[in-house]
Amino acid sequence: MSVVVRSQVGERLDALRAAEGRAALIGYLPVGYPTVGGSVEAVRTMIDAGVDIVELGVPYTDPVMDGPVIQRAADAALVGGARVRDTIDAVEKVAGRGAPILVMTYWNLVLRYGVDAFARDLAAAGGAGLITPDLIPDEAAEWMAASDAHGLDRVFLVAPSSTPERLASTAAASRGFVYAASTMGVTGERATVGPRAEELVTRTRAAGAEHVCVGLGVSRPEQAAQVGAYADGVIVGSALVRTLLDAQDAGTPAAGLDALARLTADLAAGVASSAGVAR
Amino acid sequence: MSGRPDVPGIRDIRSGGGPLAAHLGPYFGDFGGRFVPEALIAALDEIDTEYHKALTDPAFGKELARLHRTYTGRPSPLTEVPRFARHVGEGVRVFLKREDLNHTGSHKINNVLGQALLVKRMGKTRLIAETGAGQHGVATATAAALMDLECTVYMGEEDTRRQALNVARMELLGATVVPVTIGTRTLKDAINEALRDWVANVETTHYLLGTVTGPHPFPEMVRDFHRVIGEEARAQLLEEIGRLPDAVAACVGGGSNAMGIFNAFLDDPDVRLFGFEAGGEGIESGRHSARFRGGAPGVLHGAKSYLLQDEDGQTLPSHSVSAGLDYPSVGPEHAWLHDIGRADYRPVTDVEAMEAFRLLCRTEGIIPAIESAHALAGAIQIGREASAWREDGQEPVLLVNLSGRGDKDVATAAAWFGLIEDEPVVLADEGEQL
Repeated sequence: MSVVVRSQVGERLDALRAAEGRAALIGYLPVGYPTVGGSVEAVRTMIDAGVDIVELGVPYTDPVMDGPVIQRAADAALVGGARVRDTIDAVEKVAGRGAPILVMTYWNLVLRYGVDAFARDLAAAGGAGLITPDLIPDEAAEWMAASDAHGLDRVFLVAPSSTPERLASTAAASRGFVYAASTMGVTGERATVGPRAEELVTRTRAAGAEHVCVGLGVSRPEQAAQVGAYADGVIVGSALVRTLLDAQDAGTPAAGLDALARLTADLAAGVASSAGVAR
Repeated sequence: MSGRPDVPGIRDIRSGGGPLAAHLGPYFGDFGGRFVPEALIAALDEIDTEYHKALTDPAFGKELARLHRTYTGRPSPLTEVPRFARHVGEGVRVFLKREDLNHTGSHKINNVLGQALLVKRMGKTRLIAETGAGQHGVATATAAALMDLECTVYMGEEDTRRQALNVARMELLGATVVPVTIGTRTLKDAINEALRDWVANVETTHYLLGTVTGPHPFPEMVRDFHRVIGEEARAQLLEEIGRLPDAVAACVGGGSNAMGIFNAFLDDPDVRLFGFEAGGEGIESGRHSARFRGGAPGVLHGAKSYLLQDEDGQTLPSHSVSAGLDYPSVGPEHAWLHDIGRADYRPVTDVEAMEAFRLLCRTEGIIPAIESAHALAGAIQIGREASAWREDGQEPVLLVNLSGRGDKDVATAAAWFGLIEDEPVVLADEGEQL
């Protein structure tokens, strides 16, 4: 039995490809850093400066897929009292601005909230779906049902180590796009995006994925251009978060939004420069 | 009594009706699984495949048995402790399974040697491990030295302070010890860092997980490498007294020593199984590691089990005078045994554990690890019920797993009992915690 559910994110990716011939820029920020209100403002800034899709992170005490930059921001958000419910509220405040909102969350937070309740509340807030870094499709029966029931996208990850069989099952389970980890590792800025990323995108498409977006280690406009030439979306996290951390460290938090807007615009220009590259 | 099946030969339908002792992962009832990033799945599959291949290869079993005989010092003795037993209950006989006498000082070496042999078969060259008290880190560094493997051990910064001597031991053995400075700076954060390292280096590196937690196949495999504890103890007791014990007691952090000794008795419904968690400063204080009393089912570090968590599902900091029991989750097989009523899990406070620690020192000349002292304190707790265990007038027999020796804990104990002018080291973990 298959359920036909419209994909907010898939439609956005298709529209960008059709109208502008380019990949999407997907920007990550955590809820609650520097404050819940501040993170909402930062996401709006990022949307206005050119991200096409937002990845909204829920701070978690044990983020095993995250490197030091995102760990630090999540830590600060939790110390500041950020709650899971704040994520739903934040989605409501940033949705409807032209960019679909995906929530990136470690699984226990959803499990504790109640899988169906989380899906219901996220959908009601206008969210597009979930990215689940520590949930593989094999363990996701409850989420598959809830995301179908509430019309949400479900983005699972693949890695360079994934076998062809797992690429196929993950592609079949995903809706919206498949998140291809550019490298074996955790989130963070890296000097180069290696050749394994492009190879993984090719393998994932061959395994049946309609859309494949690339994340981990993408931080600079030229990397965004490079990845945008072969992927359906370019996911940037740590570099964007760092603009806010740096401004906070410098004692000039307001400057963080300017730096965030500048980097977002530069990354958007990078992605745009790859427009029309045949893929 | 609670926690003991009324029906002889209890079978959980989810284990397919087979013996409880032979239950295979990835699921133990509703618990277990593989809640990890996809990047690790290929490595977990490889371990699972290689492990099951090794099990059917006589050469693997033979080599592990040889190492245990000539290097670990197995079989470890079984010691009856009559002077201690007087404090447990009138007429109760208490036997200690002496895992403290193993090379490196605890049961941890059983699992480490098994996994290290497997690593050699898989052709990987580097080991990483997490450690709380340092026992597993020392055991891993030892195996790495023995088998010519590179070794990095992650240890919470708080724990490197509490267990400075063990840090030096690991470094003497050639390992690199990385203090972890994020989060609560204890065992759970060390596991987070080890997992991050593993994701990045999985092609060359094996994560030598030290307990029966984590993603499949670790809970099953680590249990199997520790089965030798219960198998030996069972045979030794039969030899010594001609019958099985009435109860088995062990401390439960992640739960590997407990699973190792429980396994041989799981399908003997007349043998009561007791796991003792760290009750810290008491359940009501909120400063404890009693997952079955103060926790609820949830996912951490790759497995679904009982977990100390807040109403949002954020992991709560655990507490114990013993670094090795200071962990917010517990092995999924224990969660299953708890839910089906096959084993009984109870908390033991810091104070009770330290009293039992002193008692064993004074009555038997054995300095236990503070972790193991929780099992001894538990023995004293259940000793009050022991007179009801037998209807045939025979003396109740209690088997306690003495999982480790207390050399590493001498500074903590000396401070606790005021033998040296120092604050109890345990106060060191009262910082800002997430």
